[in-house]
Amino acid sequence: MITDTTPILRVDNITKCFGNACILKGASLTLRKGEIKVLIGPSGGGKSTLLQCINCLVFPDSGTIELDGEPIALSSKPDLYRLRQQVGMIFQDFNLFDHLSALNNITIALRKVKRKSKQEAEERARFELEQVGLGDKATLYPAQLSGGQKQRVAIARALAMDPKVLLLDEPTSALDPELIGEVISVIKNLATKGMTMIMATHQISLISTLADEILFMENGVIVEQGSPAELLAAGNLSKSQGFCDRLNDLSDGGC
Amino acid sequence: MITLSPFYQELLVSLNRGLLMSLALIVPSAIGGVCIGISAGTLRVFGNRWVRRFGDGYAALFRGTPLVVQLFVFYFGLPNLGIYLSPYAAAVTAFILCSGAYQSEYIRGALLSIKKGQHFGAQALGFTTWQTIRWIIVPQAVRRAIHGCGNEIIYLIKYSSLAYIVTCMELTGEGKTIATEYFRFTEVFAIIGLYYLGLVTLAIFLLKKIEQRLYIPGFGR
Repeated sequence: MITDTTPILRVDNITKCFGNACILKGASLTLRKGEIKVLIGPSGGGKSTLLQCINCLVFPDSGTIELDGEPIALSSKPDLYRLRQQVGMIFQDFNLFDHLSALNNITIALRKVKRKSKQEAEERARFELEQVGLGDKATLYPAQLSGGQKQRVAIARALAMDPKVLLLDEPTSALDPELIGEVISVIKNLATKGMTMIMATHQISLISTLADEILFMENGVIVEQGSPAELLAAGNLSKSQGFCDRLNDLSDGGC
Repeated sequence: MITLSPFYQELLVSLNRGLLMSLALIVPSAIGGVCIGISAGTLRVFGNRWVRRFGDGYAALFRGTPLVVQLFVFYFGLPNLGIYLSPYAAAVTAFILCSGAYQSEYIRGALLSIKKGQHFGAQALGFTTWQTIRWIIVPQAVRRAIHGCGNEIIYLIKYSSLAYIVTCMELTGEGKTIATEYFRFTEVFAIIGLYYLGLVTLAIFLLKKIEQRLYIPGFGR
């Protein structure tokens, strides 16, 4: 669902090497408001690193990042903190703060980063928990939540910051099969509300139903990109098609 | 009503006076030691190279030399530099710095045990490095370190007895004076032992309360 044509995020020619191992060899992408791009490809292809470079959790060696038309100076800390506030991130292993309740996991960033009052932060946090169906779990700690619940709290936490873009790094990969459904439905719900997202995933049902565009990543470069209809058309010999076929062999979903 | 012999009357008066002095040594030393330990431990993990070196040097010095030597330096050594500390001040300073060095090691271990994901989670929300440490990492590390820190406080209660060698008359010092006067070491030191046992029992009780207060599902127990 593309609602606007101005790019909200432009990432150009990002490279990243760890020692001699070059994980990203010049990845570029442009994201428009409301657009959903799905990153697929073999493990070790650079999907996670690309996502982590976009909000500078991992510093790119070179390349440029532009958010809402403004280039981000990677050497400027205030610029970085501003970028991260506007680009939400969902991790494979949740990364909830273990010492805080579900509610306070959300309020802490609102209070310390956005400087909102305690009351304002709690209201917002409760609202976001309701949105992901966890209104009754506000007082529980991460150790008391299931994997699916933790990931939904993580999503609520990211959304409370009003991000312009949401990056999702394999949001369902660490979950037991029976818990994947609840997270997928939250993500689909976000999509219908027009959230702009880049998602790395192996979840077949997310790839085919949500993606406006599929980016196939291999050896640190985006080797194929196109709409699911193009790339996954029957009889197409694209790498994406081959990859999805292999995923299909492992699950029952349709790609 | 049982009347105590003059020896026991004098002993108990002295020991009770000593007990108050011991408490006056232990309480600020324990609190100061924990504060220094948290600060030094945090700097030793997250500080820049020079700060880390300085912190490591501090811990090495105070863990590496006997407490008696530290007490002597603070009480008899510093006057050479024109700094005069009262016996009480010298003892508390040495205890805080010694205890802080050990505490910093418990805190450091706990900080290093916090998973990288906690840093990522905070930074992805726009936390600065300092905010991440202050609001996310240290509160978790303190809960992981609390059992070790409590152990150090219990140890501090007992090494506070060394204060008497710089003439700060606390429990052991008061008792020793009476023991020498009456030449009755066995009874005196047995009773001193009971006083310390009482102090440690109280400390264990309080530490347990603090542990319960700070308890969060997923951290210990």
